[in-house]
Formats: sequence, structure tokens, C-alpha cells
Amino acid sequence: MMQTITCECGHSNPYGTSLCQACGKPLTQDVEVLSSMRYEGSARRSQTYNKTFVDHVWNFFSSVKVGVWLIVIILVAAAIGTIFPQETFIPPNVDPATHYESEYGTLGLIYYLLGFHNLYGSWWFIILLGMLGLSIIVASLDRGIPLYKALKQQRVTRHDQFMKNQRLFSVSKDVEMEEVKYTLESLRYKVREENGNIFAEKGRFSRWGAYVNHVGLIIFLTGAMLRFFPGMYVDDILWVREGEKASIPGTATDEGQYYLENNEFILEMYDKEEKKFNSALSSVDGEVAKNYQSNVTLYKTKPDHTVGEDPELVKVKDGEIRVNEPFKFDSFALYQTDFKLNEFYKMSFELEEKESGKKFGKLTVDLHDPKQEYDLGNGYKVKIEEYFPNFILDEQNEPSTVNNLPDNPAFVFSMYSPETPKGEKAFVGIQKNIESGENQFKMSFAGIETKDLTALTVRKDHTLWIIALGGLIFMIGVTQGLYWNYRRIWIKQNQDEVWAAAHTNKNWYGLKKDVEFLSNKTSLIPLEEKE
Amino acid sequence: MAEISSTLLYSAFIIYLFSTLFFAMSISDKKNKDAAHTKKWGKVGFISSCIGFVSQVGYFITRWMASGHAPVSNLFEFTTFFGMMMVLAFIILYAIYRTNGLGVFAMPVALLVIAYASMFPRDISPLIPALQSDWLKIHVTTAALGEGILAISFVSGLIYLIRTVDQSVSSKKTMWLEIILYSLISVVGFIVVSLAFKGAGYQSAFEIMNDQNQPVKIVYEMPVIAGPADGKQLDDSFGPLFSTPSWMNGVNASIKLNTFIWSLLSGVILYGLLRLILRKRISAALQTKVNMNSDLLDEISYRAVAIGFPIFTLGALIFAMIWAQQAWSRFWGWDPKEVWALITFLFYAAYLHLRLSRGWHGEKSAWLCVLGFWIITFNLIAVNLVLVGLHSYA
Ligand code: HEM
Repeated sequence: MMQTITCECGHSNPYGTSLCQACGKPLTQDVEVLSSMRYEGSARRSQTYNKTFVDHVWNFFSSVKVGVWLIVIILVAAAIGTIFPQETFIPPNVDPATHYESEYGTLGLIYYLLGFHNLYGSWWFIILLGMLGLSIIVASLDRGIPLYKALKQQRVTRHDQFMKNQRLFSVSKDVEMEEVKYTLESLRYKVREENGNIFAEKGRFSRWGAYVNHVGLIIFLTGAMLRFFPGMYVDDILWVREGEKASIPGTATDEGQYYLENNEFILEMYDKEEKKFNSALSSVDGEVAKNYQSNVTLYKTKPDHTVGEDPELVKVKDGEIRVNEPFKFDSFALYQTDFKLNEFYKMSFELEEKESGKKFGKLTVDLHDPKQEYDLGNGYKVKIEEYFPNFILDEQNEPSTVNNLPDNPAFVFSMYSPETPKGEKAFVGIQKNIESGENQFKMSFAGIETKDLTALTVRKDHTLWIIALGGLIFMIGVTQGLYWNYRRIWIKQNQDEVWAAAHTNKNWYGLKKDVEFLSNKTSLIPLEEKE
Repeated sequence: MAEISSTLLYSAFIIYLFSTLFFAMSISDKKNKDAAHTKKWGKVGFISSCIGFVSQVGYFITRWMASGHAPVSNLFEFTTFFGMMMVLAFIILYAIYRTNGLGVFAMPVALLVIAYASMFPRDISPLIPALQSDWLKIHVTTAALGEGILAISFVSGLIYLIRTVDQSVSSKKTMWLEIILYSLISVVGFIVVSLAFKGAGYQSAFEIMNDQNQPVKIVYEMPVIAGPADGKQLDDSFGPLFSTPSWMNGVNASIKLNTFIWSLLSGVILYGLLRLILRKRISAALQTKVNMNSDLLDEISYRAVAIGFPIFTLGALIFAMIWAQQAWSRFWGWDPKEVWALITFLFYAAYLHLRLSRGWHGEKSAWLCVLGFWIITFNLIAVNLVLVGLHSYA
């Protein structure tokens, strides 16, 4: 099985070789030189073995046809994913199961049922990417290694059959070899000589371009997959009110936990009067935002603090966060992502006697942390029986709350006075005041305080440098392979004739210009092209 | 400054027009087919393209000075820049291959792109926070350069097809070739109708409900064929003949659809007129005019992909990812515009791999280059106008 083939030039080639790796002689009758040139007629595993299961898998993934199909299938799938918005782009509070149908009709329903609304995260899409990666690896190993060996082993003197069958070829007489050598060198070819024969090559490194870029792609894909490993990646959102501190999720270590204080949130709009943008701004309805910015201070706890207790904070640094200008510390970055202006913060009420309009004291409720009882003195007090930060009537028509955000606060108060020691109940919300029976007192609205909030994305990504490295290597590889090419010219003295042949892996136009220049400058007969 | 800028753009446009004519002269004169004639007019054409390009660079710089940011931030600016990069790509490839015929087709396509761009609002607009980044200009300019070079592979591929597809019988191939030419003519149609109705001051207003369910007024500037999905016409002008399907997104969806229909209709009329005048398929008429070496055309179109692909990848994917990482905290988010850049990348990767086997050189390659350009323009235009996402300028 593994026997080697020894060529008449004495070189011993591995089983499966079609052109002698040293002199280029076809090793069997039916070998076509030109079409074997892509990989120098070297012994590629996929062209040599076809017996075992492993052989079949290897041959499948090493095929360029399969590779192109994989690329095309991924391309088509990616396109399908853009027909309707992906799940991550639909409004957060709707149910995808009904949203796609109600928004896009039957096609939308089919889209949803086939799982296309979450296409890029689907198992089959990931598997396709995996197969693509595997195919790139197998195809590259299958060709790259033998190709490397072949180019290293090639000799100056080539077999007649090899020369004759090249696409560019000519036979001359009386050629001044020194002149040829000199001209080739002036074209920046690297020239080697052996027994009066010449081998000139240029840009061999470009032959590795495809392999380098494939390595880059594999590193990139690997980096993208590492995301799924714990610890490599943090992605959280942090809401902080102006003037408050919050612990930053994902940043707890033995050395302590980071906290962030929001000193101020700034929203700036473009001035409609500004002359430069006048005509553009006057054609839009609302205002156009100019800047979203949070001014923050970063703190850290002492290393030995215990969770839960009010931690002692040490200031680390101040910073400004804008869109496009994240705030960085350790391996984390905070991004300006969202904001909310004028969130309700404190609400004030007065206890009022309805008939006389007389007031018996004021209370201010912190909407994030309401007290149970507010003592107004002189026997007057108010209890909060129930609190609904974001009031809604649920399906049973019972009062309830959507979430903990005080967007629509409502209360059930009990009001106590010396005249009403048992207490009177009232339901109070924004523009609502409902009593259970006829009350003597009421809670009258006495003002509201608001605050701005900023939302920051907390991100740690240890995969970034791997991905960046992959991208860099890919770019080096494509440039190397596509902006340069590997040109070779052989000149061989055959008795009283001089044979010349030339080959390139691409850009024949450039090679032809080289050999034209060569025959103009020397007595070499112009190389002729055969199809 | 803003005025100087528009003047420079205008003169670039006129100069490009002339260089197209010069290139046409260089290949068309029958009596005077000698090399000197071709060479002379080719040279004039090339030099005038370069002058036009310099003028357009002048437009770019002065507009930058006027607005304070790189003028690649709205559809007008970006599309104009894309046209400019096409001219640059043509200049590079002409310098390598010296083929006048390429100029006859490349310059008009670039002209078409620039004229198309100027149909969008040309006001200097302020940058929203997400666009305030140096990576914006780096990403957009590099991507546009890559696309400009890839566009030349389309031009060259198109000439290849015009040159080689058998015109003696009507076939699927001749039909597709006519469809491609018809699409280009429709762009002309779009420009003509837009200018005509704008000149006449045509308007028709509707009141519709926006996404927040508030009434807003929208104004058509062409007679209304496709009305809004659910709207009330505020005047008694023409139409609408039917209403836009409700799944099309955005308040302006119906206006865009209406404009699109007008472009196609005017394209039909222009195309029909041309057919009447020529009395044969347009590609058949063109075939008699071009006599370039088809191997050279194939080589140019491949070379354009080889040069354009790495630049496109760098600009449209790598720089885009760096910017996205900074602006949105993630380098990739499967936004439609991102996905279509990836599709373009994958498409040209497939093209390069197919060319590894011999059977795909020549005609098949040329069809692929046409398809590739379709993907690029789809991403430039349709994704912004039709699909929703972060990148929609409009
Ligand atoms: C998105 C994925 C891929 C990209 C971006 C890519 C990129 C490239 C590029 C730019 C070249 C150079 C082409 C040329 O020089 O004309 C190349 C060559 C090549 N690619 Fe890929 N490739 C990808 C996937 C694959 C896959 C899946 C296979 C599997 C069969 C494959 C097999 C090859 C082969 C055999 C070559 C030729 C190598 C040589 O010239 O010796 N590639 N690839």
C-alpha cells in the first residue's frame, strides 16, 4: 500500500504522486501535466485513499464542491433570516408566537413555526458553521502539506514532458544564458542554476495565502464559539438613578465588588437654529439627539466585605460615558445604552379634611422604598396598606402591578385621626381617588419629584482578542494570496536547443508580460500560449 | 463652502459625461480604426475621468469642511461616495489593463449612481450620537471602496456577456441580459420622473397613523399609485390605485413603493422606445459595438474581485465590527445590514472557490459578477429602505 514511486531522476515520491516532485515527470501515462499543476501533482490524501469510513469523511470535507455548497447554504440561510425581523428585534413585551402572524400574516406564521425568527442561534445554523470550519481545516490539510513539500523539493532541471506541457512554452536556439539570468533578476525573480539550466521564481509566499487566511477563519470561528464558555463573557444591563449607587453585576471577585454612582445623566439636542443643519433639522418632526452621556464615579468595596451588609466603598475613578465612548476598568467596559427621563421618585400627599379643607400634615413617599406608616403628630397618622408601583387592573379586575418600576404608582391608604380612630380607607393613584364608603378625610396630592436614569451595558469579553487575531490573520492571508501570485519560469538546455516554459497559479496576464519582456530583451523565442 | 461643494460635484458629473463620450469615440469610429485614433481618444477619456475624479474629491473635502463631519452619513452622501469609488476603481483597473471599452460602460454606471444619489435629500444633516465616531468614516469609506472595485467586476462581466451571448436566437440568456439592461434603464427612468414631478411641484398629502398611533401627514411627490396602507387623502389629486400591504415598515413605506413603481413604469417606456428605435434587443445592438477580447474581460472582472474582496472584507466586516463593538458593545448583532455584508462576503468567497475549477471561468463567472453586484446594490438600497434595522438612514 504505502510503497513509494522512484522516478527515473532518482527522486523517491510518496504513493499517490502524479508528477515527480523533483523533476516534474508524469509518473503514469494518463497524467495531464497542466491540470495537475495546481497542487504540483503531489500525493493528496483525498485523491489517494478511498476505502475506510474515515477516508470517505475526509474526502467529503476536503472537496471544494462541498465547501462551496456549505458557503452557499449558509448564505441563503442568512438571507432568509433577514426577511422578517429576528426575535431580538421585535418589541420586548410581545409574544412571538402571535406577533409574527398578526404582523406579517400567514408567511409570518410559517416563518415562526419553522424557527426562522431565531435563525442565527438555531442548532442547525451552528452545525452548518461547524461543518464549514471542519471543511476548511480538512481541505487545507489535504492540500497545504503536500503542496508545501512539493514546492520545497522542486529541482531546477525539469523533465522534457513537464516543460513541453506547460501553458507557455517555446524552443529557441543560441541563447545567451547570462542575459536571460540577468533579465529575470531585473524582473525581481529569484534565479537558481543547475547544469546550465535556469529556474526563476517569484512570489512563492503568495501560494500560502489561502492557507493563512483559512487559519485566520478557524481562529475567528473558535473565538466566536468560546463565547459559550462561562467566565469568558459577561453581558448585563445596569440601571442607575441619578445620585444613587448600584453594584455592577458580574464584577464580584475576591478583591471586592465594583459599584457605580450616577452623578448626572445628560441629554443634549441639536439646536434647530444652528445654521449649518437648519434645512435638515426643519424637515424632521421632533428633535435630533446630539449627546447621551452619564457622568459616573466608580467605587470598589474593601476585599473582605461580606455580602449584604452596607459595604464601605473606596473611590476608584470618575468617568464620562457616551455612545461610542465606553468607560473601561479592569477587563470590563460600560456602554451608554439607554436612559429614562423623569422617573417618579418621591410623591407627596397631605391629609385633608374634606369639608373644611383643613390640612393636618404632609408626607413624602419614597416610591422605591415606601414606609409602612407616617406619623403626622397630634394623633394623625397614615398607613400604607398596599402599594402598586406600576398599577394595572388584572384579568380578574383586581388591582395589581406590572413590575417594580414606579411608572404609575397607586396606594391603598388608611387615614387615622382623633375623630376616626378606626381609620378610613382610600385608594389613591394618579388622577384616581376611590373611597370605600363616605370618608371624612382624604389624601390630597402635594407634588412629585422625579429623577433621570441611565442604562449601561456591562460587558466583559475575553474572546475579543482571539477574534481580532483571527481577523488580522485572515486579512494577511487574503492580501498575500490575492495581491501577489507565484510565477515560475524554467529554461532548459536540450542538446543544441533551449526550451523555455512558464507557469503561474493566477494572473496569467502579468506572467505573459514578464515573458514578453524576457524575449524582447534576449534572443529567446517568445513563449507561445496553448489552450 | 456648501455652494462650492455642490458646484464641484456638478462639474464632476459633467466631466464624467464627457469622458464617457471620449471613450465611446475611441472605440466607435469605423473609418478610423487605427491604433493611434483609439489610443488618442482613450487617453483623453482617461485624463478627463481623472480630472472629474479630482473635482469630486474637491466636492468631498469642501462638504466635509462645511458640515464638520465626513460626508458619508446619509443616503445622498454615501451613494455619491460609492459612485466616486467606482470611478477610482475604474481608474486603477484602467491603469493596469488600458482597455477603453471598459470606460464606455464603467463611467455611465458611475454616472447613474451619482445621479441616483442626488435624488435623495441633499441637506447637510447632523450626526446622531451613534454615528459620532471616527470609525464611521473609516468603515464607510473602506467598504465603499471595496464595493466600487467589485462593481467594476460587474461592468466587465456585463461587457463579457454582451460580447459573447449568442444573439442570433432568443434564449434565457438573452432575456436575462435584457432584464439587467432594463434595470439600469429604470434607474434612468427614476431620475427622469423624479426631476419631472419635482419640477412641476407635484404634491399629494395623506394623513396616516404612525407606529405610536398618532396621526402624521405624509406627502407624495409623484402621482399616487400605491397609497398608504391605511390613510386619508387630504386633497383631490390622482389615485391611489391600490394600497400598500401593511407589513411594509415605516411611515414612508408607501411613498417608497410608489416611487419604485414609477421607476419600473418609466423604465418600461424608455426601454420600449429604445427597442423601437433599434429594432432589436438592446444587448444585440450593443454587441455590434464592442469588440473586446473576452479572455481579457474575464481576467479584468476576476482581478477586480481579487482586489476588491480583501478591501470589502476589511471595510464592511472588520472595521464595521470594531465600530459596532464600540458603539453598541457587541461586534456583531445580526442586524440586516450586517447580515447582507456577510452575504456579500460569502458570495464572493464562493466565487473565488468556484474559479479554482476551470469550468467556471468565462461566462459563468460573468453571470456571478452580475449577481454579486445585485447583492451589493440590494444592500445599499433595499436594506436601508425596506428592511428594518439600526442602519436605516431613511
Ligand atoms: C467563508 C469561508 C471561506 C473563505 C472566506 C475562504 C477564503 C478563501 C480565499 C480568499 C482563497 C484564495 C482564493 C484564490 O486564491 O483565488 C481560498 C482558497 C481556497 N479555499 Fe477557501 N475560504 C472559505 C472556505 C473554504 C472551504 C469551506 C473550503 C473547503 C473545501 C475551502 C477550500 C479552499 C481551497 C482548496 C482553496 C485553494 C487553495 C490553494 O490555492 O491552494 N475554503 N479560500
